[in-house]
Amino acid sequence: MLENVDWENMLEATWETIYMSGVAILFTFFFGILLGLILFLSSKGQLWENKVTNSIVATFVNVFRSVPFIILIILLIPFTNWVMGTMLGPNAALPALVIGSSAFYARLVEIGLREVDKGVVEAARSMGANQRHIIFKVFLPESMPALVSGITVTAILLISYTAMAGVIGAGGLGDLAFRDGFQRNSTDVTIVATVIISVIVFIVQGIGDVLTRKIDKR
Amino acid sequence: MLLIHLNNVSKTFQLKGQSVEAVKNVDLDIEKGEVFGVVGYSGAGKSTLVRLLNLLETPTTGTVKIADYEMLNLSNRALRAARQEISMIFQHFNLLWSRTVHDNIAFPLEVAGVAKSERNARVEELINLVGLKGREDSYPSQLSGGQKQRVGIARALANDPKVLLCDEATSALDPKTTSSILELLHDINQKLGLTIVLITHEMPVIQKICSRVAVMEDGNVVEQGNVLDVFKHPQQEITRTFVRQVTDPDDANQAIEEQLREEKGTVIRLTFVGGDAGKPVVSELIRACDVTVNILQGNIAQTQNGSYGSLFVSIEGDEKQLQDAIAFLQGHQVEAEVISDA
Ligand SMILES: Nc1ncnc2c1ncn2[C@@H]1O[C@H](COP(=O)(O)OP(=O)(O)O)[C@@H](O)[C@H]1O
Ligand SMILES: [Mg+2]
Repeated sequence: MLENVDWENMLEATWETIYMSGVAILFTFFFGILLGLILFLSSKGQLWENKVTNSIVATFVNVFRSVPFIILIILLIPFTNWVMGTMLGPNAALPALVIGSSAFYARLVEIGLREVDKGVVEAARSMGANQRHIIFKVFLPESMPALVSGITVTAILLISYTAMAGVIGAGGLGDLAFRDGFQRNSTDVTIVATVIISVIVFIVQGIGDVLTRKIDKR
Repeated sequence: MLLIHLNNVSKTFQLKGQSVEAVKNVDLDIEKGEVFGVVGYSGAGKSTLVRLLNLLETPTTGTVKIADYEMLNLSNRALRAARQEISMIFQHFNLLWSRTVHDNIAFPLEVAGVAKSERNARVEELINLVGLKGREDSYPSQLSGGQKQRVGIARALANDPKVLLCDEATSALDPKTTSSILELLHDINQKLGLTIVLITHEMPVIQKICSRVAVMEDGNVVEQGNVLDVFKHPQQEITRTFVRQVTDPDDANQAIEEQLREEKGTVIRLTFVGGDAGKPVVSELIRACDVTVNILQGNIAQTQNGSYGSLFVSIEGDEKQLQDAIAFLQGHQVEAEVISDA
């Protein structure tokens, strides 16, 4: 039982996974909301209605959402090198992780914003609210449960993306499971890595659910 | 003093190549301090008309003047400032569910850039004014419809507006809650001298708190005037139908149908206005014309310009007696309309 498991390696890989997902989630939350807002507000009948902007952002989002992550990470190697100045370690996975998941999250943000009651926006306008008020006091707070449950789904997707980050030597549990577990035929390593990833996913989902329920006063 | 002046205002919506004329060449003058009602069926263009007042919709033609603001000439910034003086309440309340009662009422104050301590003091004042003390920290989802509309009203009053626009503000409420909200609006009108423009498809709402009314049909204002005059002498068929919402409750029609089935007498609707509502006309009628009078249904509606009563009676007598009776009634400033002959 578990004789092949090197716990020190396992712990390091766990930290790498948590680090990659954690940092990527923070950036994704920011960029996803930014893209989602532009996507939504530039659409028909909204504050910044603008066909050109809308189609550019929509194309960007659709492309990066549909490219399989494993291909995205390879495609982005030159970009990553330029941004991060390195192709080593967990940091090398971040640009691809953030771009791939921001595109995914942007759509969820857009859907959440679309659900905001038009009447409430109209009420805000009737009170003399400007665009900044409408975005920061109406759209974002009123769609917060959708934004939080959306980032939870995205975070879980991110954790599974990090498993593929091993391709470029970024480490993490997926990498460990593949190299030490699969390639050396140590099933116990694979199982332990899988269990740890599942635990992380459960915890993230649990936190997301609790948060969503707490925020939602509808 | 004139507060709101609409001159030849129209609004045409373009929808997939089709154009919808929601409001057609409307002229309207509303005095400072009055409660002005607009009544019409669904789709008549009422909501579009109020939304033209605060420029939530831009008119296709015409001009809108409110207080000293020539609304169409304002810059965006000036328009936003003007809107703080022209507030609005809605049929579905349109509160932010993510904010407490207190924070919903604080919203327009935040928009106006009022400092926090001042904001809190003002919110407390407003909460007392609309009778929501103790509910400050509740969320809208924990309130009844009537309470939500009270929050809507408090929020609308936050920046001391000159005008309050009400778009079907009581249409989602039950009759008892409707009455209490109308009472609150009436109080506010009296206490603060606030001008109210109220839109509804229910004539009883107009009757209860408006001093003047405009009737809308198919984008046009087809009739307007003092509420009591409109009740007394409706000019248009649609206005008559609306007036009947107040004068002919459902059970009146039932009583009349029953009377007709029993084939007794002629059913007449008597309309009393103002002081006449109190006079003993019926007993005098019986004495003077020697007819038998059965009272079927009666009610008195109190309008802001005086009372308006209607009485359904069936009169039994021959042709001659009947004509005398009608002449007698008309001589007493009572309007008599034959509903049906047995
Ligand atoms: N934004 C809009 N776009 C297209 N048509 C509209 C719009 N708003 C209202 N209308 C049309 O204008 C007419 C009047 O609507 P509305 O003012 O809402 O009437 P009411 O409030 O009296 O029910 C309706 O035929 C409605 O379909
Ligand atoms: Mg309407």
